Amino acid sequence: MTAADQSTYLDHNATTPVRAAAIAAMAEVLAECGNPSSVHRSGRRARQRLEAARDAVAAALSLPAGGTLIFTSGGTEANHLALAGTGRRRILCSAIEHASILAAGAAVVPIPVEPGGTIDLAALEALLAADSAPALVSVMAANNETGVIQPLARVVALAREYGALVHCDAVQAIGKIGFDMTALGVDLASVSAHKLGGPPGIGALAGAPGIALAALQRGGGQERGVRGGTENLPGIAGFAVAATAARAELERFADLAALRDAMEARLLALEPGAVVFGAARPRLPNTSCVALPGLAGETQVMALDLAGIAVSAGAACSSGKVGPSHVLGAMGAGEDLARSAIRISLGRDTGSADIGRLVAAWGDLAARRRGRRGAA
Amino acid sequence: MMVPKRNAARPPPDAIYLDYQATTPVDPRVLAAMLPYFTERFGNPHSTGHGFGLEAAEAVEAARAQIAALIGAEPREIVFTSGATESNNLAIKGAARFLKGRRNRVVTLATEHKCVLESVRDLAAEGFEIEILPVERSGLVDLDRLAAALDDRVALLSVMAANNEIGVLQDLAAIGALARARGVLLHSDAAQGFGKIPLDVRAMGIDLMSISGHKIYAPKGIGALFVRYRPRVRLEPLFSGGGQERGMRSGTLSPALCVALGAAASLAQVEGAAEAERLAALSRRFRDRLGGAVDGVVLNGDAVRRLPGNLNLGFRVVPALGLLSALPGLALGTGSACSSASVEPSYVLTALGLDDTSANESVRIGFGRFTTVDEVDRAVDAIAAAVRSIRAGIPPESQALTPSLGCSS
Repeated sequence: MTAADQSTYLDHNATTPVRAAAIAAMAEVLAECGNPSSVHRSGRRARQRLEAARDAVAAALSLPAGGTLIFTSGGTEANHLALAGTGRRRILCSAIEHASILAAGAAVVPIPVEPGGTIDLAALEALLAADSAPALVSVMAANNETGVIQPLARVVALAREYGALVHCDAVQAIGKIGFDMTALGVDLASVSAHKLGGPPGIGALAGAPGIALAALQRGGGQERGVRGGTENLPGIAGFAVAATAARAELERFADLAALRDAMEARLLALEPGAVVFGAARPRLPNTSCVALPGLAGETQVMALDLAGIAVSAGAACSSGKVGPSHVLGAMGAGEDLARSAIRISLGRDTGSADIGRLVAAWGDLAARRRGRRGAA
Repeated sequence: MMVPKRNAARPPPDAIYLDYQATTPVDPRVLAAMLPYFTERFGNPHSTGHGFGLEAAEAVEAARAQIAALIGAEPREIVFTSGATESNNLAIKGAARFLKGRRNRVVTLATEHKCVLESVRDLAAEGFEIEILPVERSGLVDLDRLAAALDDRVALLSVMAANNEIGVLQDLAAIGALARARGVLLHSDAAQGFGKIPLDVRAMGIDLMSISGHKIYAPKGIGALFVRYRPRVRLEPLFSGGGQERGMRSGTLSPALCVALGAAASLAQVEGAAEAERLAALSRRFRDRLGGAVDGVVLNGDAVRRLPGNLNLGFRVVPALGLLSALPGLALGTGSACSSASVEPSYVLTALGLDDTSANESVRIGFGRFTTVDEVDRAVDAIAAAVRSIRAGIPPESQALTPSLGCSS
């Protein structure tokens, strides 16, 4: 018996099941044998598949014509390639970026966020104005923990005034909300397949026309010399199918917001002291970050797991890493409040029955906590 | 051994695949092991707060143990990567950068895979001194010459286990002893060797070893790096973030791909010896029959110390590209590397002392798990016929192939 047989999965921002159509595409490629860099017939067929997939993923992001799309092993590698690859040494990134951005270099300067969870644009402008060295600004499209959507168009407009490039970690946004690289005008965007129904182990970095990148990983000259190594063709094929499907289903995905909002209303009715982070801002339709003050997030995650419900206490990273979320900290939440938060993230197949189970189990937790307090 | 049935849907139906050093088909048993991790077992292995994540994490750890077992390592010494190119970049750049300031030299061989040579050149740009040693006509490095290049200024020596073009197997145990005696870390690119020849990191004194999935019947997009734990080899990561893989390689792992590599390693452990014998017999049969059918065929690289399934053959006065285009039903590798649209002779073959003409007359032939005796015989007949007709003056159609050339590994 697998975990899926007995549980309600509400941790779709960590990873989400692979779409059936993506599995079918991968199975087809896995049944063939070709290295896209080989000259013989199977190699050439592999090359054609690779380029068709590249076009499909580029279309899903509305990459401008003449732009480049480099396949990587995932979002983390794409983020590093972006931050290390442009040659810009002054890197400004929002304080709520994913660890793979914040860890990209000692020289990364954090941009504060306001309590609602969006980047502080006045602070960004002050940072841009403070140094004449051309900067790279890295701001995510939507936060992985709170789901808060960042004002990218305004970030881009500010960056342009100061000659800065803009990279956008769009890993959590793509497939959940519309993301149009052409309309937004960002220079670089990272995407991950396994967040949108493709397989883990594959992602991409998209670059607007004219953006040149230096390689992190070299050898063989694949991906225009920017990313050496035999391409993960089955993964790429699955990625392309999933990205296309996710984009086509955005309207349906948006409907999850109603389910999520109803869930939050029920949680707040059960426990008026609960806090929903970023609720006043536009958010991803599927994401909710809720604190139950006085009860550690890890404890809630474990208790919910026993009740057959999978959620998380922040980002899914190295096992055993326990600390208050840097995202909630940057939004001004105190350490105790930040430690008591969980992330509930819905998926494309989440229904009201799943939410009902989560609300009931969470309600039990809140009631037990009140009982303990009453007894003490 | 039993030869597993090939997937009947694999087109083109009559083509013979003899390019197992470029990539291998996924073994159906590997595929069966991995597929559930895309569907009902889809958890993120780093989400250890719930059952979905734990289930995926357990599968990843079991795969790690299977890989470790094949090379005499401990599971904690295996770091998953996206493939051997990443493993080579991580090992070479990571180890050298960590030691910078204490030991500033890196030594490797002229016949290493391009990604090893490019990693070493990246280090040169960062201020490291690099030494790229020549090899003998056999493709083997002269051990005295190697010993002379190693001293207490050298941080890292990188020597591949088996060459991707000529299949030559370096004497890793002897090389490991030389490196250890001088405090030099030994990295070995075993992309072509892992799962095909016996490798023991302890007996061979190997500190870092790169492993590829798609060369041993697992999919593309997965590889591993052995990083010795005791005494510990330290690396500066290529990229950081979530701190996965003990901080050496951040990013969400693909449980399906990890399981696939583990399953492929496990199959190699059980079947590897018998498979090596079968492939060596196929190679002998191929050479004997071809030698009987046409003359002017030269074996490149050492005749004895080579991968059981690899031949690299030169056909006098027959350009390899012409031969390939005359054999559309045969998937073979040329030794040629490409830069933009021009075809250059293989640097591996020229390092053996071949002139450009001889190098451009050479073809890589790789046999593997699904190669049958019948395919070997048909391939010999087809190649012999093509060689005879090209030598008789029928013009090769090599022009049509040139624009689609890539760099096969």
